[in-house]
Amino acid sequence: MPEIRNYTLNFGPQHPAAHGVLRLVLELDGEVIKRADPHIGLLHRATEKLAESKPYNQSIGYMDRLDYVSMMCNEHGYVLAIEKLLGIEPPVRAQYIRVMFDEITRILNHLLWLGAHALDIGAMTVFLYAFREREDLMDCYEAVSGARMHATYYRPGGVYRDLPATMPQYEKSGWRTEKQIQELNANRQGSLLDFIESFAQRFDGKVDEYETLLTDNRIWKQRTVDVGVVSPERALALGFTGPMLRGSGVAWDLRRKQPYEVYDQLEFDIPVGSNGDCYDRYLVRMAEMRESNRIIKQCVQWLRNNPGSVMLQDHKITPPTRTEMKNDMESLIHHFKLFTEGYHVPEGEVYAAIEHPKGEFGVYLISDGSNKPYRLKIRPPGFSHLAALDEMCRGHLLADVVAILSSQDIVFGEIDR
Amino acid sequence: MMNKLKHFFKKFLLWEILVGLKLTGRYMFKRKVTILFPEEKTPLSPRFRGLHALRRYPNGEERCIACKLCEAVCPALAITIDAEPREDGSRRTTRYEIDLFKCIFCGFCEESCPVDSIVETHLSHYHFENRGENIMTKPVLLAIGDKYESEIAKARETDAPFR
Repeated sequence: MPEIRNYTLNFGPQHPAAHGVLRLVLELDGEVIKRADPHIGLLHRATEKLAESKPYNQSIGYMDRLDYVSMMCNEHGYVLAIEKLLGIEPPVRAQYIRVMFDEITRILNHLLWLGAHALDIGAMTVFLYAFREREDLMDCYEAVSGARMHATYYRPGGVYRDLPATMPQYEKSGWRTEKQIQELNANRQGSLLDFIESFAQRFDGKVDEYETLLTDNRIWKQRTVDVGVVSPERALALGFTGPMLRGSGVAWDLRRKQPYEVYDQLEFDIPVGSNGDCYDRYLVRMAEMRESNRIIKQCVQWLRNNPGSVMLQDHKITPPTRTEMKNDMESLIHHFKLFTEGYHVPEGEVYAAIEHPKGEFGVYLISDGSNKPYRLKIRPPGFSHLAALDEMCRGHLLADVVAILSSQDIVFGEIDR
Repeated sequence: MMNKLKHFFKKFLLWEILVGLKLTGRYMFKRKVTILFPEEKTPLSPRFRGLHALRRYPNGEERCIACKLCEAVCPALAITIDAEPREDGSRRTTRYEIDLFKCIFCGFCEESCPVDSIVETHLSHYHFENRGENIMTKPVLLAIGDKYESEIAKARETDAPFR
């Protein structure tokens, strides 16, 4: 009689639901998962090692590429670590801009997550709707930094440039009438802040739309309720952070627990789930988008009333403006010094963490007093989430793996680094 | 009791599915949010960081003075510069190359350039047909700069108060 053995299945790395390059080795008993073994490393780019060979500022661009759906938040973690070690604090306006863009990034991330999650489970429409809103936020990114994704916008000591006073507009084409073009440009008449405000006004209604399509939907509920349940104790023990932890009912948010920048002056709530299943994590993220929107509105209000400098005026660390650089010898020397050698960071080690859309994004930095980091360690939130995949999947059906995996909001850029 | 009854009918009548269909149905008759790409384009910010170009002064003299700041600041080591004094004694580059496969479009080269020579233009649609074309040489960069000088200058002017 032949021996009955479990079937081993390779899920990915080419599988479209594997969120990039995850190779998941699944041991199946019929359709029931006995063991899930994630194999990572296919997107390893040695970001940490790379940072050791460059002056501090030059690694900012590589931070964008860690978690490539929440670009500015990664930069924020890195920049915050450098600032902590240097003992500097950016101007308040820069802090508000950072907070605003962190929240824009959070919405960007959650929208992509929502689209991908729904698509994995089988709802196509939400994906298209989510990308419609992402487009507007990408325009904000582009208006402020010049790139739709990899912004390289935050700098130690502030942000690179102030918010633009005008928004680019759609141009005439033979395909649309004058009136249609005007409609397209309606929210682009004012500054970037007006554009963001019009988006914020609109966005709550859009979240309602996504919720109409999903929250009560019976198919959605069948696929997510009671799937991948993690108890609060286990969630803490597994090192969960962010929406994963809050979905399990632990009200932990670094923006409240260890406020950085100006989060202690802003009003927002921390949504918390109760069951710790995929459905609760979905609800938490939806509520988070609304809270982010609330923060954005407050930031827009503040930024509108408080113009000022967005960069520290310490030219040993931040470069002088271009007019200064062209007219003043000392500024020119600072400019050359900063763009070749950079700045020296005092000896020591520091850990700075921010509430990344996916959880706690930490940067551990050791400086030996030179202009390059001695060691840079990145603590990606997704890594510990993925490590718990085995525990979350066990006993579930094959189709639930996809739901659980996407409810973790896995992005390989940050896990493999 | 009332709730149970409500729940029963909602379940029975596929209520939430109908509500969802109403939403998608409404969008079916609305104007599409997409644009017809090659004919229409999305708006481009003056800060956009696209293909590189080397600029000239209005009198036709190239701006680059081979200070090599961009080479030093480039995180991806995509820029290679060789320099020699020209016949008239001024310091100029003999080689200025950008490897577009290495470039990460961070904009540091433009930020560092003290004479506004190397810029990242609004061009985002380009392609290569042969091996080696990814390395943009000095003549290529200058040609792009000459061709789009008016747009480049306009975008720099718009953004000047912020830099």
